[in-house]
Amino acid sequence: MDSDDDFMSAVSSEDDVLPDDSENEDMSDAEDFDFDDEPDPDLGMSKDFGVKKKVPFDINFKVFHPSDIQKQQDDLINEVNMILDISKEEAAILLRHFRWNKERLLEDSMDKQRQVFEAAGLAQTSAGPPRLETIPGFVCDICCEEGEGLQSFAIKCGHRYCVDCYRHYLSQKIRGEGEAARIQCPADGCNLIIDSRSLDLLVMPELTGRYHELLNRTYVEDKDTLKWCPAPDCQNAIECGVKKKELDKVVPTVACDCGHRFCFGCILNDHQPAPCELVKKWLKKCADDSETANWISANTKECPKCNSTIEKNGGCNHMTCRKCKHEFCWMCMGLWSEHGTSWYSCNRFEEKSGTEARDAQARSRVSLERYLHYYNRYANHEQSARLDKNIYQKTETKMVQLQKESGMSWIEVQYLNSASQALQTCRQTLMWTYAFAFYLARNNLTEIFEDNQKDLEMAVEALSGMFEKNVTELSDPKLKVEIMDKTAYCNKRRIILLEDTAANLAEGRWTFNVELTSGAAASSSHRR
Amino acid sequence: MPPAAGFATKRLGKELQKIHNSLPPGIDLVSAENFEEWFLDIRVLDSNPLYKDQTYRLKFKFSSSYPIEPPEVVFVKLPDRPIPIHPHIYSNGIICLDLLGQQGWSPVQNVESVCMSLQSMLTGNTKDERPPGDEDFVRANRLRPKDIDFFYHDNNV
Ligand SMILES: [Zn+2]
Ligand SMILES: [Zn+2]
Ligand SMILES: [Zn+2]
Ligand SMILES: [Zn+2]
Ligand SMILES: [Zn+2]
Ligand SMILES: [Zn+2]
Repeated sequence: MDSDDDFMSAVSSEDDVLPDDSENEDMSDAEDFDFDDEPDPDLGMSKDFGVKKKVPFDINFKVFHPSDIQKQQDDLINEVNMILDISKEEAAILLRHFRWNKERLLEDSMDKQRQVFEAAGLAQTSAGPPRLETIPGFVCDICCEEGEGLQSFAIKCGHRYCVDCYRHYLSQKIRGEGEAARIQCPADGCNLIIDSRSLDLLVMPELTGRYHELLNRTYVEDKDTLKWCPAPDCQNAIECGVKKKELDKVVPTVACDCGHRFCFGCILNDHQPAPCELVKKWLKKCADDSETANWISANTKECPKCNSTIEKNGGCNHMTCRKCKHEFCWMCMGLWSEHGTSWYSCNRFEEKSGTEARDAQARSRVSLERYLHYYNRYANHEQSARLDKNIYQKTETKMVQLQKESGMSWIEVQYLNSASQALQTCRQTLMWTYAFAFYLARNNLTEIFEDNQKDLEMAVEALSGMFEKNVTELSDPKLKVEIMDKTAYCNKRRIILLEDTAANLAEGRWTFNVELTSGAAASSSHRR
Repeated sequence: MPPAAGFATKRLGKELQKIHNSLPPGIDLVSAENFEEWFLDIRVLDSNPLYKDQTYRLKFKFSSSYPIEPPEVVFVKLPDRPIPIHPHIYSNGIICLDLLGQQGWSPVQNVESVCMSLQSMLTGNTKDERPPGDEDFVRANRLRPKDIDFFYHDNNV
């Protein structure tokens, strides 16, 4: 347990460090995490709090590349292989059985090797390397084939089948069922695991690749502190110490080296400031109510003045009708000219009370309106973020043109790139502030939150408007400075908002109008 | 590497030969006209009042990967062949039994051994009930039995 000691000595000099209560928590949670008593990597946000001054919504994590994952596994396998005097393939089977908890494995194997080996699906006897055999009089129990020269194979249990059947069986397990770490002997009721050397001997090379890939996956999947980056084609994994039961206190956003930002708790795209459980509830609600809400998310609306159909083609909410030049807000359809000063009314839903709420019909209408208010804004930012992304792709071309027109260098036009990225991240955050706000019960903190939301929203719309200007306008150096300033301002407003929401979440100061159960109550299903 | 054509056929041919010679008591072959679909009847041999004097019809469907993949086995309803009442048998004949799932299946199992397992599953049962949620399941299910992810929560029934 030397890493625990390291941790203690590392922080004992700090006075303001939070007490490390992870040990106690592990005890109470023992049945959920059977093998979770290994030393925690020093990654949890509470632990590091006193060591390094960090913004409260920033959590510690580490990106693992495929070679790192492989090396960690190989190191553990080699170590167990040497200490226990078993083959590497057997060491790997044991380690997988113990979910890569080496200390636990060694301890248990010293005490009760027989039981441990049996539970892990390892034979007690040691035999030579696996080989194919031709045995006179052999009849295969799977295909009922017999005959001279029929090649057969058995692992240490001695259940022998012909090579052809073995290959079909393994191919079905690997390709059909995606199984690798726990492929058992084909015999009925035999729990012995087929090791990787036997497998390599039996199956075709193209299947071996898939098999080892699946084996590697189990390393990450078996460890609660490791998760795959969900970005398509990304092979990296992320290590993070935030535990399931902490998810009502922290939104653990991590960023992979591939650029993808996601929540370590639920693997969805970054959803700060809303905690995972609210996100789950919100997405379910949106799916359930999608028909009612469909009309809002539509890409087209009618101009409030001339009724001609207008398609939203950029991320900005400031719409100008091509036909009548009427300027209005996409979200509320109100006059744009009023928005400079009264954006407020577009951002916050005024709770309706009194007479209207008295009869049941009105109440349900108010509750639908309330939902639609937040959903409208949520969907709007979701859509705008998507459109901003397209615009960024077009921006590449724009940046090239701008270089020509203004004589700026490639480096000098990078500010458009930064602006585009700021727009993406800020919209992502804004989007989730509306889901967050939907579940937020009013207290003395909600006003600050709404002000922060409003400030960020205004800044983002302003930046989005500048960002969409054409190349000729953009070559004005004054606009460049404005865009750079606004980009920095957007990023700053986003951090201010997230700092506030994260700090209050960590302290449990928000009240939600739904129950937050935290990660402790894992949902159990009757199907698997 | 999917098994070559004829892999299942060969094995089923051998099984059929054996079945024609003899079958355990309470199990009868009804028809085996091809190597895709067979019908068998089973009866419970003891005097379990739940199944007394009843015969049940089983339908086996084999894929070309049989016996590497399990067969699809369901009870079928006919005027004189009811669906046996059992906490693991839905009223549409679908059976929730781990040995028929990919995890529980072993390629050394065969038609005869599956029939015997079902026989003993009935013999040992005392509960006059369908699986929980039977009605909803029967109404909503459009999946083939092999695609249903059963959770075998109680293998002792
Ligand atoms: Zn064979
Ligand atoms: Zn075996
Ligand atoms: Zn990645
Ligand atoms: Zn999450
Ligand atoms: Zn118009
Ligand atoms: Zn508006």
